[in-house]
Amino acid sequence: MKVTRLMTLLISTSSVSYARADWALNMPRGVTEISQSVFDLHMIIFWICVAIGVVVFGVMFWSIFHHRQSRGAKAHHFHENTLVEIIWTLVPFAILIAMAIPATATLVKMYDPSDADIDIQVTGYQWKWRYQYLGEDIDFFSNTTTPLEQINNEEEKGENYLLEVDNPLVIPAGKKVRFLITSVDVIHSWWVPDFAVKKDAIPGFINESWTNVPEPGIYRGQCTELCGKNHGFMPIVVDVRPQAEYELWVAQQKNIKAQEIASAKQSISMEELMSKGEAVYQTSCAACHQANGEGIPNVFPGLKNSPIATGDINQHIDIVLNGKTGSAMQAFREQLSAVDLAAVITYERNAWGNNMGDKAEPAAIDELKVAAKQ
Amino acid sequence: MNTMTKVEHTEHHGPAAGISRWFYTTNHKDIGTLYLWFSFAMFLTGGCMALMIRAELFQPGLQLIQPDFFNQMTTMHGLIMVFGAVMPAFVGLANWMLPMMVGAPDMALPRMNNWSFWILPFAFAMMLSTLFMDGGAPNFGWTFYAPLSTTYAPPSVTYFIFAVHMMGISSIMGAINIIATILNMRAPGMTMMKLPLFVWTWLITAFLLIAVMPVLAGVVTMMLMDIHFGTSFFNAAGGGDPVLFQHVFWFFGHPEVYIMILPAFGIVSEIIPTFARKRLFGYSSMVYATSSIAFLSFIVWAHHMFTVGLPLMGELFFMYATMLIAVPTGVKVFNWVATMFRGSMTFETPMLFAVAFVVLFTIGGFSGLMLAIAPADFQYHDTYFVVAHFHYVLVPGAVFAIMAGVYYWLPKWTGHYYPETMGKVHFWCSFVGVNLTFFPMHFIGLAGMPRRIPDYALQFADFNMVASIGAFIFGFSQLIFLVLIIKTIRGGSPATPEVWDEPEGLEWTIPSPAPYHTFTTPPEVK
Repeated sequence: MKVTRLMTLLISTSSVSYARADWALNMPRGVTEISQSVFDLHMIIFWICVAIGVVVFGVMFWSIFHHRQSRGAKAHHFHENTLVEIIWTLVPFAILIAMAIPATATLVKMYDPSDADIDIQVTGYQWKWRYQYLGEDIDFFSNTTTPLEQINNEEEKGENYLLEVDNPLVIPAGKKVRFLITSVDVIHSWWVPDFAVKKDAIPGFINESWTNVPEPGIYRGQCTELCGKNHGFMPIVVDVRPQAEYELWVAQQKNIKAQEIASAKQSISMEELMSKGEAVYQTSCAACHQANGEGIPNVFPGLKNSPIATGDINQHIDIVLNGKTGSAMQAFREQLSAVDLAAVITYERNAWGNNMGDKAEPAAIDELKVAAKQ
Repeated sequence: MNTMTKVEHTEHHGPAAGISRWFYTTNHKDIGTLYLWFSFAMFLTGGCMALMIRAELFQPGLQLIQPDFFNQMTTMHGLIMVFGAVMPAFVGLANWMLPMMVGAPDMALPRMNNWSFWILPFAFAMMLSTLFMDGGAPNFGWTFYAPLSTTYAPPSVTYFIFAVHMMGISSIMGAINIIATILNMRAPGMTMMKLPLFVWTWLITAFLLIAVMPVLAGVVTMMLMDIHFGTSFFNAAGGGDPVLFQHVFWFFGHPEVYIMILPAFGIVSEIIPTFARKRLFGYSSMVYATSSIAFLSFIVWAHHMFTVGLPLMGELFFMYATMLIAVPTGVKVFNWVATMFRGSMTFETPMLFAVAFVVLFTIGGFSGLMLAIAPADFQYHDTYFVVAHFHYVLVPGAVFAIMAGVYYWLPKWTGHYYPETMGKVHFWCSFVGVNLTFFPMHFIGLAGMPRRIPDYALQFADFNMVASIGAFIFGFSQLIFLVLIIKTIRGGSPATPEVWDEPEGLEWTIPSPAPYHTFTTPPEVK
């Protein structure tokens, strides 16, 4: 305990207490039929290992205590016994076959995504997830919402520290949902432990997985394939709702979309664009270009006094909308609404002393977005 | 007259004076020493990086280092420990012991031996220099999955690629030398089935090295082409295949993990019979088990890739093949236990490390068996459970075996017994530290903490703190080891030729310290 305190003093830069610290030892059972049969497999193989361990280590420690020179033990010079050797080859083999049968059965079930009620495309981006409901015209990004102040120990950490997002994936309870998982940049991996669904998101590939969650609730997970700097800050939140509430949510999403289209037609004041732009910048741009606009030398270019942010506005709009091939700069055309795009571009042109004084118009950007779709 | 010539002869061929001895040496003992000191230096370097990682993970939140540097640390820690610490340590032990064990005067190709060693310091200087470059060191994990390591890599990746090439050349030359020595330079009467097990396991390891190091060279060359010459081996946008990278990498990578454990099996199979004062229970079954493991290592690589979306038949094949490895591995563990059974055991430091190896390696084997179950692997994959697993087989596995070997042969090398109490203190500190570090990682992995993250959710806080404390205990215990080795080189009670109580093997028939040249006249083996 003393050591713990000393280390705490040495290393911590602030005295932050934890809302939720527990000593969990085992895998969660999860909530789906699949996750529960995976849990059962895990427990079977665990107990098999424990049993073998008890026998092997039992014999070993018995020998260590009784057959030691200090207790006057004399070595018995026996070696090689074909029968014993055959037994200790065949018995493990038989155990493995017994284990392989239920494992195969579960795997076959996991590999059957047929007859899904809903298809959702999950796309990994550095460092966020995009969810597209196929055939529903619902398409949104899911970003972490844990504030930098909490990460940097300037604020008390919240209950769902690092496991919270702005837009969770919403799915109905009791329905088979098929995930089509892919990526636009590096390899990510989409994992929700409570569903026992983990599948790599690989550029150029579409992987399939599925779940059927009987109980409504909030389920959390994380990206599990190293995907660069912010790999640890790419959570997954799934909001499972009863069918009726899910349908309500789908209708709401369509309303929001219509409102977005309408507001793209209006002109917005400079002040409003700047304040909205700063918020968008923090969520979508600051991870690379940094909150102070200075970037990371030789890794991510700065925007402060950069030729793009202080040059021709059309070029600036082009690079934000379409990205830059061969670099980490993504195309944000699909990721953000026309208003958000206009706001963030305006912010980048006027923050950190760039003071260009000009602003991007949502309507013009909306036209570019529409043109790109056709 | 006869004695006179002999004396002159020895003097003439003694070690050169001064530092040039170490640059120009072709003597297997000198080169073995160089390898061992180099690997120890790398072990401490990689260890410092591990401690930086554990210090950052002591508490949730970012305290000491930023995420990008954290990724550089995990990458460099892995690469340095695998290629700089564990592999050269085994080659160093092989250099020292193989010629003495088979009754040969030196390695078969002494000049190449010198070259294989002296490539390494340059390769690692190049690799470590990337830490000071613009954009930082490689930050894509020691498995360097494309396209994170190609399109999205820092510019220093090119230095990393050339460093890997140089390590590969060194390893292949070392392997050729070992095979040539074992196959051609055995003393008369030393038939293959009389070879000590350390020699057998190294022979098989050397064949694995020759088979897979070119594959590693191939995969990094493909990366180089993608980065600089416009090819698209691993770039989906150009019609390439990022999963191909993983297949090629793990075709190297899985045999590679056995390269790091088979010589450890050999060392432990030498030590346990000596301190149980009893022959190894099943010599030939050990040889066959090692060969089966080596063969199986080539057909299980995709168990590292259960979540990439392999077809169902592929998953099943790799799951069954992987489970099969438990059979020959079990045979080995049962053999060690049967050797101890009804022996007359004493527990000097080498034996303590060897017994800990058997227990803790077996625990690593158990978690390996759990990981082989593909459906369960969907939950374990890329979590701390995997980190716990491979550290159990590599730290109290490979590293403990290396330490056991060093304690076992140190009196032979230096002519002095090491201070026994100090050795035991080193063992118990390491044992406690290693378990405190890696056992809790099973729990946080099962609870859902992904690996390679610089910050974590609050429910993982407690065990991470325990693991970090354990890591510092383990890390600082290694300074005891360093002091002990220096003390033993400088002095200590003189060791007898046998060193231990009637050990088996030719290395115990020559004086301690082993003369600069041994077995210039081959011994007769009955």
